[in-house]
Amino acid sequence: MMPLWEVFIRSRNGLAHKHVGSVHAADATMALHAARDVYTRRGEGLSLWVVPSNAIVASDPADRDVLFEPTASKIYRHPTFYEIPDDVGHM
Amino acid sequence: MYSQALNTRETDTSTDADSSRFQARIDAEERIEPNDWMPDAYRRTLIRQISQHAHSEIVGMLPEGNWITRAPSLRRKAALLAKVQDEGGHGLYLYAAAETLGVAREELVDQLLSGRAKYSSIFNYPTLSWADIGAIGWLVDGAAIMNQIPLCRCSFGPYARAMIRVCKEESFHQRQGYEIMVTLAGGTEEQKAMAQDALDRWWWPCLMMFGPPDGDSSHSDTSMRWKIKRFTNDALRQKFVDATVPQGHRLGLSFPDPDLRFDESTGHWRFGAIDWSEFKRVLAGDGPCNRERLAARRRAHAEGAWVRDAAQAYAAKQRKVA
Amino acid sequence: MAITSIRFDETPRILRLLSLADDCLILGHRTSEWTGRAPTLEEELALANIALDLIGQARSLYQATGLDEDSLAYLRDPPQFRNALIAELPNGDFAFTIARLFLVSAASDLTWRAAASSDDPDVAAIAAKAEKEIAYHVRYAAEWLIRLGDGTEESHRRAQEAIDTLWPYTGEITDDRVAWSAIVDPILTRATLTRPVDGWMQSGGRSGRHTEHLGRLLAEMQILPRSYPGATW
Repeated sequence: MMPLWEVFIRSRNGLAHKHVGSVHAADATMALHAARDVYTRRGEGLSLWVVPSNAIVASDPADRDVLFEPTASKIYRHPTFYEIPDDVGHM
Repeated sequence: MYSQALNTRETDTSTDADSSRFQARIDAEERIEPNDWMPDAYRRTLIRQISQHAHSEIVGMLPEGNWITRAPSLRRKAALLAKVQDEGGHGLYLYAAAETLGVAREELVDQLLSGRAKYSSIFNYPTLSWADIGAIGWLVDGAAIMNQIPLCRCSFGPYARAMIRVCKEESFHQRQGYEIMVTLAGGTEEQKAMAQDALDRWWWPCLMMFGPPDGDSSHSDTSMRWKIKRFTNDALRQKFVDATVPQGHRLGLSFPDPDLRFDESTGHWRFGAIDWSEFKRVLAGDGPCNRERLAARRRAHAEGAWVRDAAQAYAAKQRKVA
Repeated sequence: MAITSIRFDETPRILRLLSLADDCLILGHRTSEWTGRAPTLEEELALANIALDLIGQARSLYQATGLDEDSLAYLRDPPQFRNALIAELPNGDFAFTIARLFLVSAASDLTWRAAASSDDPDVAAIAAKAEKEIAYHVRYAAEWLIRLGDGTEESHRRAQEAIDTLWPYTGEITDDRVAWSAIVDPILTRATLTRPVDGWMQSGGRSGRHTEHLGRLLAEMQILPRSYPGATW
């Protein structure tokens, strides 16, 4: 079976590439062609990435609390944590 | 183009904490993503529904594809080709969404080709005249839109995202069809007759696209609870009829239903009884074009085998060189 | 009495535009015949994109004649078509389709690049857009031809057969065979395909003498406007 490739598009310069879907193709060149032909038929993009799907390493959703919960208590990382006299103005 | 409500009942047997946490997430309108825990029945239901939807798009290319080489103007030819191409694209987006659930496209295609998977019954009807291209865009795509817009809020993230893309692209499909109908209905006597004949043949099969009436529909409850489905078959069908009947009258065409009448008290168009035996028969394989459609898909797949092999053989050689 | 075939003054400018436009329309039509039959879903979309590019180019060129695009496409008889014979040959298998697309696109690439600096402002404008489309067609077809030629034994055999069959039809697609060969030869080499010897070449398309295939293609394409004279669609 043809390998699966994840497709990312930059819709305009200044924006990051965004995941849009996947294609099957035998190799990288064909995957780029397929991504162009499938996902950019209405002027959706200026730049394409294709990445072998099996090259993506994903975090386990079950680890969500372990990985992401601890940051919730670090409110001193946010500017609103700090008190500045009103007359100083915007900082 | 369209996901038909064909699913058989999935009994959800999980009763553990995972399962109730899952339902709580659904109830809170959270989206479920591929790697999240989900009940097996949810996964199976989605794989079946998304793949049936994908198959419908792919088989749906055939009846309209039948007229690409005979489109009567270059403008119509380009529009039809772009529309049929979109259907191929939508099939592809949907297979991609199904693949996030851990099933390969190849396996899903195999289910279609071997006759184990279902697809929308509407595509087993033939396109006999150019007016059918108008009728399909107007009616079949009109019915599809009714169904697909709620799917943009489906609880499964990849399906919802694919549907947002599909709905955006399909917005020209129905207008394309209705424009053809307007042209034919305002054309020569022969063209008007062609338009009327197309409406006569497509109307009832389009009403059947929404699936069996709510009382007989075996899958609705679970799908509604899981927010895969958000409206019942009958509710969507009524919405379609209400939207479509005035459009037909605007064309000066009549609907092949002597019982069709406007109900002042409810503001709805009431329609006659649907012949569900025809629906079941076509779904079971005995429609005008079931065998032809599957044979066409099988032929394309078989004739493409050496091409796919060549691409992979070349890729393997390049890997060796590298 | 409605018109069933059109007559018009075949000026050199119109003939030149028609030979370009008819190549695009007929090859676009052939390519569109792949709908629902492509070897993968991805190729289904790719081939439709190419067909749409070609049909779009044909429309722009017909419009540039000042005549009605649909009358030109639907109400001319085969001898009034000016396309190269290679465009009208039936699709054959995927190898034949790809090989033809490559050989023709390589020629069109040269044509459009030259046309971009044409004195005719209509042609120059169309060329500026078409050039980019064709450049992708060349790349797409070349990459496939390389894979078919250097893929499996079967794909190699089919690709070589396609090139051999098509070769005698390449005489009327370009005036600059040296430049054309400079595009074609390196790809044939990478595809491990043998370039056929230039021998006797088929021709006639530019003067309206076609193969048996064009009549059938047009019979299908033109059926509605021909059957219902005067109707609008």
